[in-house]
Amino acid sequence: MVDSIHRSLFTITMLSIKNLQTSVEEKEILKGLNLEIKAGEVHAIMGPNGSGKSTLAAALTGKDNYTVTGGEVTFEGKNLLELSPEDRAREGIFLAFQYPVEIPGVSNINFLRTALNEIRSYRNLPQLEAKDFLKMVKEKQKLVEFDAALTNRSLNEGFSGGEKKRNEIFQLAMLEPKLSILDETDSGLDIDALRIVSKGVNKLRTDKNAFIIITHYQRLLEYIVPDFVHVLYNGQIVKSGGKELALELDEKGYDWLKEEHKEKELV
Amino acid sequence: MSNTNEILERLTTENYEYGFVTDIEMDIAPKGLNDDTVRFIAQKKNEPAWLLEWRLKAFRHFQKCEMPQWQNFSMPDIDFQSISYYAAPTKKTYNSLDEVDPELLATFEKLGIPINEQKILSGVAVDVVFDSVSVKTTFREKLQELGIIFCSFSEAVKEHPELVRKYLGSVVPYTDNVFAALNAAVASDGSFAYIPKGVRCPMELSTYFRINAQNTGQFERTLIIADEGSYVSYLEGCTAPMRDENQLHAAVVELIALENAEIKYSTVQNWYPGDKDGKGGIYNFVTKRGICKGDNSKISWTQVETGSAITWKYPSVILRGNNSVGEFYSVALTKNRQIADTGTKMYHIGKNTRSRIISKGISAGHGNNSYRGLVQVNAGAENARNFTQCDSLLIGDECGAHTFPYIETKNSSAIVEHEATTSKIGEDQIFYLKQRGIDTEKAVALIVNGYAKEVLNQLPMEFAVEAQKLLAISLEGSVG
Repeated sequence: MVDSIHRSLFTITMLSIKNLQTSVEEKEILKGLNLEIKAGEVHAIMGPNGSGKSTLAAALTGKDNYTVTGGEVTFEGKNLLELSPEDRAREGIFLAFQYPVEIPGVSNINFLRTALNEIRSYRNLPQLEAKDFLKMVKEKQKLVEFDAALTNRSLNEGFSGGEKKRNEIFQLAMLEPKLSILDETDSGLDIDALRIVSKGVNKLRTDKNAFIIITHYQRLLEYIVPDFVHVLYNGQIVKSGGKELALELDEKGYDWLKEEHKEKELV
Repeated sequence: MSNTNEILERLTTENYEYGFVTDIEMDIAPKGLNDDTVRFIAQKKNEPAWLLEWRLKAFRHFQKCEMPQWQNFSMPDIDFQSISYYAAPTKKTYNSLDEVDPELLATFEKLGIPINEQKILSGVAVDVVFDSVSVKTTFREKLQELGIIFCSFSEAVKEHPELVRKYLGSVVPYTDNVFAALNAAVASDGSFAYIPKGVRCPMELSTYFRINAQNTGQFERTLIIADEGSYVSYLEGCTAPMRDENQLHAAVVELIALENAEIKYSTVQNWYPGDKDGKGGIYNFVTKRGICKGDNSKISWTQVETGSAITWKYPSVILRGNNSVGEFYSVALTKNRQIADTGTKMYHIGKNTRSRIISKGISAGHGNNSYRGLVQVNAGAENARNFTQCDSLLIGDECGAHTFPYIETKNSSAIVEHEATTSKIGEDQIFYLKQRGIDTEKAVALIVNGYAKEVLNQLPMEFAVEAQKLLAISLEGSVG
């Protein structure tokens, strides 16, 4: 209890990535990535295709086949790379998938309750009673404007692309993670859905949690305004800046950065 | 849950007190199968001449039978001469649970089976005395009041020979198949139930009442008769893993539903499946069939098969009565080197008959799972309706799922629907659940439960909860 007060008084680094190297099927993708995220911050990660954006998400969440070959990742002082994917989730890391899977026969609600109780159990909190859980569901549904009818269906089964993405945000609202990674959440969303999703995310921002927003396009960042923008190219962060950087990229594209970076390599 | 276990605890111990199984003797028949074996069995059970004659006829037929070749697995070599066909019900007695295989005990723990039940199931002598407020007495009294007969097959032969004689072999004659012939010749014991006209049996009849018959599960013979307008729900088996010295289990179950009657028969089977390499394990070769004899009658089979090295059975329904209904709900799990060739046969004979088949196969490890079904509509079966859904779920890359649906219609007014799906538990699905804080075991359990839900919902509630647990436990270690 005292510890958490202490932490909120001094903004402590929540996530620290130092020189992260990751390979997939023996191909090196991340080649020394460095990033620091503090509580309360929103970081946008942009970059051309193949730069390693999704690999970063996979490495942080512990996906199979993504081998960390070097570097370290610390989450709230703990060595994240040592933890299993489910423990990372229980520690408070949430990934809004780019392509959420369908799991027929498993109801959305049953799944959420199981997940929530697993996380609570890990944190030595009591299991949520059915009625309290349902209360929370109603509350969060309203918060992120999620259609109640979808909650009673099987997990993502028959959901449209947009509905799946919105379900990711609804789950985010329910599970209250510390660090949320939004992996190209904007892809496949129409303008209205984009607005609603962004509104939801903004409502969920606090000074105790943090967000990594992975995206190609600047548009999402107009709604979810980041504190920092990083450009990932060729497995490394080659440029960081404020939200203006996103606008610059929108105007100029990535070529100028690729050129800059190539020059650096030659030197 | 704990309430059920409480009741079961009492019932299983009182079972011994009431001597439900009539022959607790020390003799064991010598190995081998011949006329004398059959006579020995009939004698041990003090059977009347007509039954011995029936057995002998069945035996003659068995001797002429040839092993079938059409099954989708390679038939193990069964040396019928090296089996003992009669053994006393309780053979092995340990002094304490410490002597029992710890793995077995671990499974009992996981299934939430109370200690005393564990002892009984493992063959440990039970020395605790329970108070005499007898749930079972109340139960038996209630049944008697209503005129319901529920006893062992052997007892029924003695007390109700006219009923047994009338219906025995009427649904599964000994000529049906080689194992039916064998069963008729050497049937050890089984259940008998008769529900009188218009009576709705107030509680589930369960074989838990005969739990100490575990070693006579070899060649069980069960006969259930629901007279006009009656209803009964019968539960067979249990989730607890059952080991047996006898590898071959060839049971026969016959159900007869007269006009406006309904029989619901549920099975949860978890016989020893053999080790990881497929050595040992029970051969579960069962013939189960019901006849909807009267108009508007209904027979429903529900099975959850997770055990046995080979499960080979086709619980079927003969829809003779007009407007009669047959149902088959099945979840069959094969893991490691287990094999299942199971399904159903629905014979549409009367008018306006309906059948519904929901089969969910789950294959993991090197398991091999086949659905085999027959929907037959006879020429005179006007307006027959069938709906079949057979789904297969594959876990991992080395298991197999096959379907052999047969549809034979001789009446153009028939509507027969068949749907089939095959799916896999993807690594992506598991990772998605892991990323939400759910570990692999729970993730698999969640997915499988969702998949099997439609069948599990058919089971009586407490059985369903146990079956859910059983599925989860059975799948431990099969993913990743």
